[in-house]
Amino acid sequence: METGGHMLLLILLSSLLPGVAIFFLKEQQFALRTALNLGGASLKFLLIIALLVGVYRDGKTYSLSVNLLPGIDLVLAADALSLLFATLSAVLWLVTTIYAIGYLEDSPNRSRFFGFFSLCVSATVGIAFSGNLITLLIFYEILTLATWPLVVHRGTAESFRAGRVYLAYTLLGGAVLLGAVVWLTLLAGSEPFAAGGYLRDLSADHGPVLIMIFAMLMAGFGVKAALLPLHSWLPRAMVAPAPVSALLHAVAVVKAGAFGIVRVLNDVYGVDLAADLGVTLPLLLLAVLTIIYGSVRAVFAEDLKQRLAFSTISQVSYIILGVALAGPIGAVGGLVHLVHQGVMKITLFFCAGNFAETLGIHRVDEMRGVGRRMPWTMTAFTLAALGMIGIPPLAGFISKWYLGLGALEAGLAWVTVVLVVSSLLNALYFLPPILRGWFSRREGPWPDERHGGGRLETHWMLLLPTVAVATMALGMGLLASLTISPLYWVTFIVEFEYGYDHIWSAIFEWETP
Amino acid sequence: MPWMDVMADMALAPWLVILPLAGALLAGLWPAAARWWGLLTGLLTLPMALLLALQVHAHGPMVLYLGGWVPPLGIALVADGLASLMLLMTAGVGLAISLYALGYLTGETGGRWFWILWLWLWAAMNALYLSGDVFNLYVTLELVVLASVALVALAGGAAPLVAAMRYLLVSLLGSMAYLMGVALLYGSYGVLDLQGLGAQVALSAAPMLAAALMTVGLMAKSALFPLHVWLPPAHGSAPAPVSAALSALVVKVSFYLMLRLWLTVFPALPLPGLDMLMGALAMGAVLWGGLMALRASRLKQVVAYSTVAQVGYLFLLFPFLRAFPDGWKAVVFFAVAHGVAKAAVFLAAGTLQRAAGHDRLADLGAVMRGRLKTSFALGIAGASLVGLPFTGGFIAKWLLVQTALEAGLWIWVLMVLGGGLLAGAYVFRLLGPAFQPGPADPGQPLPAVMEWVPLALALLTIGLGFAGTPVLSLLTRTLTGGGG
Repeated sequence: METGGHMLLLILLSSLLPGVAIFFLKEQQFALRTALNLGGASLKFLLIIALLVGVYRDGKTYSLSVNLLPGIDLVLAADALSLLFATLSAVLWLVTTIYAIGYLEDSPNRSRFFGFFSLCVSATVGIAFSGNLITLLIFYEILTLATWPLVVHRGTAESFRAGRVYLAYTLLGGAVLLGAVVWLTLLAGSEPFAAGGYLRDLSADHGPVLIMIFAMLMAGFGVKAALLPLHSWLPRAMVAPAPVSALLHAVAVVKAGAFGIVRVLNDVYGVDLAADLGVTLPLLLLAVLTIIYGSVRAVFAEDLKQRLAFSTISQVSYIILGVALAGPIGAVGGLVHLVHQGVMKITLFFCAGNFAETLGIHRVDEMRGVGRRMPWTMTAFTLAALGMIGIPPLAGFISKWYLGLGALEAGLAWVTVVLVVSSLLNALYFLPPILRGWFSRREGPWPDERHGGGRLETHWMLLLPTVAVATMALGMGLLASLTISPLYWVTFIVEFEYGYDHIWSAIFEWETP
Repeated sequence: MPWMDVMADMALAPWLVILPLAGALLAGLWPAAARWWGLLTGLLTLPMALLLALQVHAHGPMVLYLGGWVPPLGIALVADGLASLMLLMTAGVGLAISLYALGYLTGETGGRWFWILWLWLWAAMNALYLSGDVFNLYVTLELVVLASVALVALAGGAAPLVAAMRYLLVSLLGSMAYLMGVALLYGSYGVLDLQGLGAQVALSAAPMLAAALMTVGLMAKSALFPLHVWLPPAHGSAPAPVSAALSALVVKVSFYLMLRLWLTVFPALPLPGLDMLMGALAMGAVLWGGLMALRASRLKQVVAYSTVAQVGYLFLLFPFLRAFPDGWKAVVFFAVAHGVAKAAVFLAAGTLQRAAGHDRLADLGAVMRGRLKTSFALGIAGASLVGLPFTGGFIAKWLLVQTALEAGLWIWVLMVLGGGLLAGAYVFRLLGPAFQPGPADPGQPLPAVMEWVPLALALLTIGLGFAGTPVLSLLTRTLTGGGG
């Protein structure tokens, strides 16, 4: 069982130890802090690559378990889904670290910021590699603890208010989750995650209890995934600095919630059992409601970051929608959106941060003519926003295509209508900033211009990560058929979960009868 | 292991009483070196307690008849799983408190008295854990109370003196009630030792009255809501090492005694409604303590009210015992986790208070930013109080929820989870000032040990997060009800 467990531990420690060290650095120790930050992020990235090679080329398995209580272990393990999420976190952490170093230049309390930032990523990677529900719960709670200081980082009354709301929601969610996990462990023991779930034997005697526990689990994870009606902490948490919002929305908090829901549905209950219990349809409806609600609120949000926040609420529910369709093709759409949304949303937040940092732009109507002043950033913004809308051949289109197919496969054709409506709403709130940015002309000075006069449109540490993630977002759509694309990877996961040799056999099976 | 066999022949239990007692005497006779006697005691007691726990774990409960006289004539020392766990917790926290006091009490007039009283308290607590009969338990309990009241008064000034007097009054009333219970039991059965009583106690008026008297007396000493009013001023105004000792250890002593009684002497007694009553009081404690901790404006007051709240969980013992014979183990684990975490929090609070010269929560931000190690100790130990993962508090909360669910007691599940939320609210409120904008300022210069000890204890709470299995397995070596 303990094969290669040290790899997983190293991956966790590669952000944890630098994080702890950074706390004790002085503000002025810029070089050492940056070295620790980037060193940790790069090391983690390399370790994950080594892990990928080990798993896929050499067929190794990696797991590590530590006893917590009789019969209950803390288990770290690497399966395809955890690698997907871990790779996403490692890559986005690396770029966000560079971005954050540029963004927070000369602002106070950087050591504290980067310390908690690293803890936050360690928790996220822990969530990715959790091998059973208890481990997932543990890292999920640690994530709450590590993100609160980032939310209140600015120390203003407003950020403390946001921090209080965030804590109230997440601690409450954590408590419900703890209750559910203890209950499930009492019933079924502390089993490792398994494709197809491990609760089938219990369903005959404990059907209603399992439904109750499922609802509690969804409530617990739904808080962080900002599922309706547990979403309202997210727009408030926008007071945090831009790199934090970027990371929270793209990888850490929101994704942790969505990832938890995927895990529960796929590897604890199993899609078949969940469908038999009749819990997937309510989840699906909730996801649909959240998608529409988030989009509508985004249309009316004038603050750019607020608009992105409501967009996140909507977009993350695509993931949940995909898995709740309870069919292989929908699952591909949902899971691939886990990656696609992450990359696109982090691009958008980086762009919003660039606008705010460079020109003092916070509102959508202030974006007039910004394309002329910051063409690179505006291009990145446009690519990611069009991707979110779902324009082919960008990444978001792939997600929506599979979601639509999945809905048809599941016999829920009305869901495609929801997808279309949501895409229209997406266009409604993303096109105005794009059009204003490119085609309107700026009258008068920018609200608060900094970083002017250089060769680049803004600080290179802000621009480079933005362009990098935008390129990734573009590549994921254009090169979706390559074996290294997220789509290919997700297909592999879903084939395994549903027991198909190839995803297309699922489509053929569905077409023949 | 061969050395284990050698150790098995050695009677360790008496030494756990003799060592601190000797330390107290030496500290009194040789006041100039009192602090070093205190340190030496701590350093020697911890390995003893550890060895004793290993022995008990390997060989089961051990009974030692002092002077070879068997009860009812002689005095027996009983070291079983529960006792050795409490001894170990006390030794660990006690060593930390001793180390901390080395730094905290430099050049103070109260220093000498502190060492005598503290080592005396330690000896009394250890004697209590090891006592096997209800009368010796009474005597040791009185010794614990006298030493702790004197320690509270040590701070000097009017407020601590009033707090100490109030504490003394409540404790004496509690002791009286307990002693009456002892007299009733002795009058009815003619024996005092726990096992002997347990074998005889049956459903009748005298033992029921005794059980009620003893339980209420101990409730007052443990500061269970609504008998808690003496605790916040006493724990809040005492010097930091004393607050830590009182909140982490002394409160647990009366809880331990109550657990002993209900495990060995009274399990055959069904007191109708006792479990519901105790559960309701526990719920009151968690709510009231939590709300008061949210409202208190001074750091140590918040921590003291947190103790009021957390004592509530200890009294889930009654509903658990009734529904589920093994349920007490979860509560004991909670007691240990709380002991370590609360000691860390009180010691960290003491460091911040010394550094800033006050403990007004709103103005502590600069010092918290300047003293990172201490703030971390506060954060980690606070996380344990909330029950967040990787700490002993999480395992404790898990066990409490699991026990309540296993017994089908939904209401206590809700209470444990809801109490965790309240704890989250006041712990994050404690940490809030550190995140306000402003300069970092380490404040008054302090000995390094005052920063390292709270941090070490906080790290120990993380260690406890992985100690669930060994602790539970040690607790299976506990002597339980003779008659039940």
